[in-house]
Amino acid sequence: MNSKTIKVDMLARVEGEGALYVRLKGDQVADVKFKIFEPPRFFEALLRGRSFADAPDITARICGICPVAYQMSAVHAMEDAFGVQIDPQIRALRRLLYCGEWIESHTLHVFMLHAPDFLGYADVVQMAKDHPVVVKRALELKKVGNAVITLLGGRAIHPVNVRVGGFYKVPSKRELAPLAEQLKWARDAALETVRWTAGLPFPDFEQDYEFVALQHPKEYPFNEGRLVSNKGLNIAVREYDETFVEEHIPYTNALHSRLKARGAYFVGPLARYSLNFDRLSPLAQEAARAAGLGTICQNPFESIIVRSIEILYACDEALHLIDAYEMPERPAAEIPPCAATGYACTEAPRGMLYHRYQLDETGQILDAKIVPPTSQNQKIIEDDLRRFIPQVLQLPEEQLTWRCEQTIRNYDPCISCATHFLKLHITRE
Amino acid sequence: MAQPHKPKLAVWKFASCDGCQLSLLDCEDELLEIAGRVEIASFPEASRTRVSGPYDLSLVEGSITTPHDAGRIQEVRRASRFLVTIGACATSGGIQALRNFKDVREFTSIVYATPSYIETLATSTPIADHVRVDFELRGCPINKEQLVEVISAFLHGRKPNTPPHSVCIECKLRSTVCVMVAHGTPCLGPVTHAGCGAICPAYHRGCYGCFGPKETPNTASLSRRWDELGASGQTLLRVYRSFNAQAEAFREESNVYEQ
Repeated sequence: MNSKTIKVDMLARVEGEGALYVRLKGDQVADVKFKIFEPPRFFEALLRGRSFADAPDITARICGICPVAYQMSAVHAMEDAFGVQIDPQIRALRRLLYCGEWIESHTLHVFMLHAPDFLGYADVVQMAKDHPVVVKRALELKKVGNAVITLLGGRAIHPVNVRVGGFYKVPSKRELAPLAEQLKWARDAALETVRWTAGLPFPDFEQDYEFVALQHPKEYPFNEGRLVSNKGLNIAVREYDETFVEEHIPYTNALHSRLKARGAYFVGPLARYSLNFDRLSPLAQEAARAAGLGTICQNPFESIIVRSIEILYACDEALHLIDAYEMPERPAAEIPPCAATGYACTEAPRGMLYHRYQLDETGQILDAKIVPPTSQNQKIIEDDLRRFIPQVLQLPEEQLTWRCEQTIRNYDPCISCATHFLKLHITRE
Repeated sequence: MAQPHKPKLAVWKFASCDGCQLSLLDCEDELLEIAGRVEIASFPEASRTRVSGPYDLSLVEGSITTPHDAGRIQEVRRASRFLVTIGACATSGGIQALRNFKDVREFTSIVYATPSYIETLATSTPIADHVRVDFELRGCPINKEQLVEVISAFLHGRKPNTPPHSVCIECKLRSTVCVMVAHGTPCLGPVTHAGCGAICPAYHRGCYGCFGPKETPNTASLSRRWDELGASGQTLLRVYRSFNAQAEAFREESNVYEQ
């Protein structure tokens, strides 16, 4: 029987450094290893002894692509611990900030990291030679996302304005107005993006996943809600540790997460969309239908369309938030530290991001746990490879390798995020 | 006639968050222009293309935290004509350098829980501790205008214009009222390298030093002022030990408050 190995020593167009090893025996996939070799940075260790107030700035540095997600999970976990209620307008500004990150990060992924796979280019610069209009529009759209973060946060990467309880400075209604003009253009560009991505060629690959995402009674989820799935999960965020477990796998620097009851699960745009379709804005729902998507999307290759729909939703939602905004009386709530444990999940562009902090009476961090989306998706990524490779096995080596990489990039994996951990235990048989 | 030689650009990553190399992709207005002036020979975050070296300009992000990376940076240096480090991790060890201050036994016990783990070094160190560096660009993250300036200076064979003065000068330039003088808000601006555009004071908070120490900073004097404003020794220890904790001036000042 013929035996063959697919090796991708350096996985390109993902954030951070990873590799892929697939071992084939004839037409069977004998082994799949999605390896993360990014060096660990020990965030959970270095947070110990820091003040609760340092957490948003420090955890932002786990990832330069989704720093807002880390800041949002950190502030919500601290506020949960201290029993702090925030002003509704502060909440609105946080949603607006998250809209900016979704627009910026999703646009980066859709055009610069993912689309070249579908069209056969090595990168967006090559793609720009044949598709200049598309790429220029993409860059402009991404810039609008960054403009939202920059106005609210001070800068696009590692914003400085987020604090536990709210912000250091809140914008006036007048300061937000110019953003609305940019967002109206962006909403049209996003609609165009949905149409464009819907026309890409997709392999036939529908899978029966367990999708996990936040669910809010009325809103498409950003910052709060219960954790739900399409297979019966429905828990409060503080029940996370009782429900999910992180496993220690010898070949990767990132822990694998699984549902204690059922194993692998799927977080990210496909999960959010499939669990919360009815909470999307009418414009986004309409665009999804016109793109030929149902209310549930089970083909991970179509995540590029779903991300585009989420860009459209984020533009739409940002405009609603700006329209309804009134400047709050104070930029942040008072924070009375106490000995407590706080929990939070928010929806990073790549999926649900869990933080838990144990604090002493002065607000010093005693223990921290952070579970990023990419850790949670590692098992599903490997499952997809196992199931997808037999479909493309007849392809020449180079194309087969490319298809494997594309299968991983469906998840927009953020490898720097996934290797922030404190401890790794190796299991051996 | 032969095509003029396009300089080969490579982007390398060590322990980091990817934010500094993302700054290049965040140059929405300049990206295609830059891509027209250089050959992007290796930039894994953005491209599958791998053109072999030597490279005319290498941008290096991240700090050295594993024996493997300590070897890899030597190869990068050998393959690079100009080597520029981008960001706090590459220029001062980054936030992950907080491990450098841990009690050795405590740190060992963390590592010891992972005995067969691919060896992690006990320290996180800047690139210049390992190889000769031609230019260092500060910041956590870097400022993308400064990145464009560095690439442009390289293309024109001149020295990059990135002023070494303090954040205070930038505050004056943007007419921000001093948060420390006017509101008594502790601020690291007087000892911190310029480059961010003095964002934090414009957002009503004190500078937290993400660009690291400026040239000849008087940290002791600033610490006295913080003390007068009511900051505890613990607070001072923590403010100097953040994203540039391993930078000499911040490291030494933080050690004063070590109990």
